[in-house]
Formats: sequence, C-alpha cells, structure tokens
Amino acid sequence: MIEAVQAWFQRLYETTGFNFTVFYDPYDWDRYVAGLRMTLLLALSTILASLVIGAVGALVQSGPSRLLRGLVNGFVVVFRNTPPLVQIFFFYFGLGTLLPDVRTADGLRAPILNNVQWAILSLSLFAGAFNVEIFRSGIEAVPKTTIEAAEALGYTRFKAYRHVVLPLALRVCLPALNNNLINLLKTTTLAYAIAVPETLYAVKQIWSESQNVLEMMLVLLVTYAFLVGVLVWIMHRWERALRIPGYGR
Amino acid sequence: MSAPAPSDLPPSGRPGDLPVLLPFALADARPAARLRPAHLWLLCGLAVIALPAWAQGGAAVLSPLEVVIKWAPLLLTGFAFNVAISLMAMAIGTAAGVGLGLAMLAEGRVLPRVAWCVTQVFRNLPWLVLLFFVMFLVPFQVTVFGVRVPLPDWLKATFGFSLPVMANVAEIVRGAVRSVPDTQWEAAESLAFSRRQTMWRIILPQCAKRMLPPWMNVYALIAMATVQASIVGVTEMLTLTAQVHAAEGGRPELFAPLYGFALLCFFLYCYPIDRFTAALERRFETR
Repeated sequence: MIEAVQAWFQRLYETTGFNFTVFYDPYDWDRYVAGLRMTLLLALSTILASLVIGAVGALVQSGPSRLLRGLVNGFVVVFRNTPPLVQIFFFYFGLGTLLPDVRTADGLRAPILNNVQWAILSLSLFAGAFNVEIFRSGIEAVPKTTIEAAEALGYTRFKAYRHVVLPLALRVCLPALNNNLINLLKTTTLAYAIAVPETLYAVKQIWSESQNVLEMMLVLLVTYAFLVGVLVWIMHRWERALRIPGYGR
Repeated sequence: MSAPAPSDLPPSGRPGDLPVLLPFALADARPAARLRPAHLWLLCGLAVIALPAWAQGGAAVLSPLEVVIKWAPLLLTGFAFNVAISLMAMAIGTAAGVGLGLAMLAEGRVLPRVAWCVTQVFRNLPWLVLLFFVMFLVPFQVTVFGVRVPLPDWLKATFGFSLPVMANVAEIVRGAVRSVPDTQWEAAESLAFSRRQTMWRIILPQCAKRMLPPWMNVYALIAMATVQASIVGVTEMLTLTAQVHAAEGGRPELFAPLYGFALLCFFLYCYPIDRFTAALERRFETR
C-alpha cells in the first residue's frame, strides 16, 4: 500500500514534473510528520493553557481584590493590543537571555526554557488574554440570582464559580471561544520565527532543498485547511453536546 | 456537593421563571480596563528608573535607554512603514472584500458557492502561510504589454496581507446585509427599485454603521500582523530592530528594551483604535 503510493507519486514526478517529495521520500515524510506533530503539540498545549489562564483571569477579575483586578486588566489590555510575533520575540530573545542558564548533564550551558517552551508560553498568554475577556462576558451573562441561589445552598465562592457559574458561562461564550481557539491554531505558525520545527518550518526546509515550492505550498494549504477543519468540527460537536436544554436556539 | 445537571434547569419562557442566562455580549457597555494618562506616565517613569540600572559597563557602553533613544528615529520610520503597509492592505482588502461579500449574496447558484469557498479558504489559512504563498509564488516582476513592471517585496507583502482582509471583510459584509430586515427588501421592491439599486441605495447605507466596528477590529489585527513581513524578508520595524541590536554589538541585555520599544509603539497605535471601536459599538448598539 505505502509502496504503491510512493511509486505513484514517483511516477507523477517523472511524467508531469509535480514533485511531491513528501509522499515518496521517507526522509522528507519523516520531517513533515515531525512538523505536524510539533504543530499539534503547540496547538493542544496552548489551547489548554490559554483556557486555564482565561478561567483563572476571569475568576480574579470578578474577585474582590482591586490590585489583582488591575493586574489582570493590564495583562489583557497589553496582550490584546500588541502583535503576537513581537511578544514571542520579546519573550524568547528579551527575557530568555536575561534568565540565568543551567548546566546540562554534559556540562553544556543551556537556557532554562528552550524555544518550544517559550513559544508555548507566549502563545498561551496571547490567547489567554482574549479568553479572559470571553469568559468574563460569559460570566456576566449568568444572573446574580443564580449565584445567590448557589450561595443559599452553601456553596463557597470558589465552589459556586467552579460548579455553577463556569459551566453556565462556558456554554454561552462557546461561539466566541471557538473563534479564538481557531485563531490560536493559526497563530502557532508564528513559532516558525524562533525556529520551532512546526509544519511551516518543516515544509519550508523541504522546499528549499527539493526546489518544489508550488507542490509543498499545496501540501501546506491542505494541511492547515484540514487541521482547522478538524478543530471546527470538534468545537461544533462540543457546542452541541453542551447545549442547555430549553435555552435559545 | 455536586453541580446541578443542565437538564435540571427550568426551561425558560414560562411567565414567572427567572432567566437562566442573560444576553451574551462580548463588547459590553462597561470597558474591562481603561488606561488613563496617569498610567502612561507611571510606565514611562518606571522605564526611566529601571532601564539605566543596566548601564554598569562604563561610559563607552550606552545604557539600553540611550540606545533606544538614539535609534528611535530609525525604528519609528520602520513603524511608519508598517502603518503604511497596513493601510494599503486594508484599502485593497476592503475593496476586494466588498465585492466578494456581494458575490456571496448574489442570486444564482455558482457565484455564491465559489465566493463562499474563496472566503473560507482565505479566512481559515494562517496569515503567515498566505504571506509565504504570495511571496514565493508571485514573480518578482511581471511583463504587461512588453513593459516590465517590477514587484518589490513590500508590495507583494501588502498584497499578501490584503488576502485575509478580503475574506474577513467579505464575511462582515455578508453578516451585515443579512442582519437588515427582509421587510426593507420588500419595501424597496414595492417601490420599483431594481435589485442592484436596492443593494446600493437602501441596504448597504444601512449596513455601513454596523460594519464599522468589526471593520476596525480587522484593521487593528492587520496592523499587528504587518510585523510578520519581517519573517519573509521585508525591511520593516522588526527587521530594523534586529539590525539595530546587531549594530550595538549584539549585547543580550539590549533585546528586551528594543523589542519592548516595538511593543510600546504597537500598543500606543492599537489601543486607541480598540477603545474607539468599543465606543462605536456602544453607540451603534441597537436594541
């Protein structure tokens, strides 16, 4: 089966000149799959981390401490209004070089966080800032009477947030959240700029060695269309599964 | 203690029920955070105090703050170039996007489908991938009627940025036109307006107001995205920042202030747009 596919693409190259090296050259294929895996790692980890940042930030924003509220507000405003690429550079080059180094087992000096970890950190903060806003709007859609009812049942503030407010808020803000998470998946390509070997990086390496820009561009297009399509599908299923019976729609 | 299952919640709609949820509005009337001039002065003061603290290398080595001030004119020129790219991309993208949006609304079967597909593709691809597309697949010069027209890289980058703008504007146009009540179309028809006249003289003027806030959102996004041009080799603010850093001897402690300066420039440009958009949204809110 695999050999047949490889032979078919090899013949396609010999007869038409369309050189899809990824589909017959195992070396290129491995690089492409590694890039895909890195993109998935980036996307999954940043989605989870940004959801946590959003939930915690929204909790703090509705909390009593003025100082914490101000800090979260400042974080949201700054990260929403600056380019994510500059944020990544600021974190990776600016903060990364200021942090002390650690020594590896071989006695080499290595930075505390490598480029992949910095990319995950800065992308999570970027998307998290948007999620704080989204969750906050969702929480404001939960009526005060519901919270009071939870309090009357003896829920603590945190328990009421976790068991009553957040589940309701999540359901209302899901459409906005979908948009932001899809945007986050698209933003993971920026990790290319600090040499994180994700899909775009791998594909660029392949086309600069094999001189097949057009073919690899097509592969890139289909790859991202597929990834975004899968995420949209998952989020829509989730949205349907979480639908509140009897409310709206 | 466990959370009540969603199915236990009372169905809304019966008189006397409490609301299960209040209406969800992303841009609500109360701004989440507002910066006042006092905050800005506080930031500047912090920078003035904090930055020279690094300058311990003697008189020959400039402190990070001095480096930023010394190169600020050059970096600001780069920033102006970013703004210029974003404005041009927005102009091209809006013109194309309105056309694409109207094509999605057109009568017939083929045209709306094709327009919808084009919109989805350009909306869902990462902007950086689109930029790579245009940079690598558009030739560096084209020959029109025997005249060679060079296409410099910044022009190609502008074109690359206008593609996602086009798709997003098309969606905005479609959404806004769909939000106009059907009765408007029927009223125009009964007054013997043709379809084109109805669209241009009745529907679109009503939509303009609704389209303005999301359109400005797209502009803020594209302004922030223009730095991605540095990845494909266009000389703009980030490229210049890296060059300035090299020119100052590549000292690692200079990274943070230089990139911080870039962050500050974009923040000072995009934050007012963001606030203005929110204010417009509040003003145009129709209930």
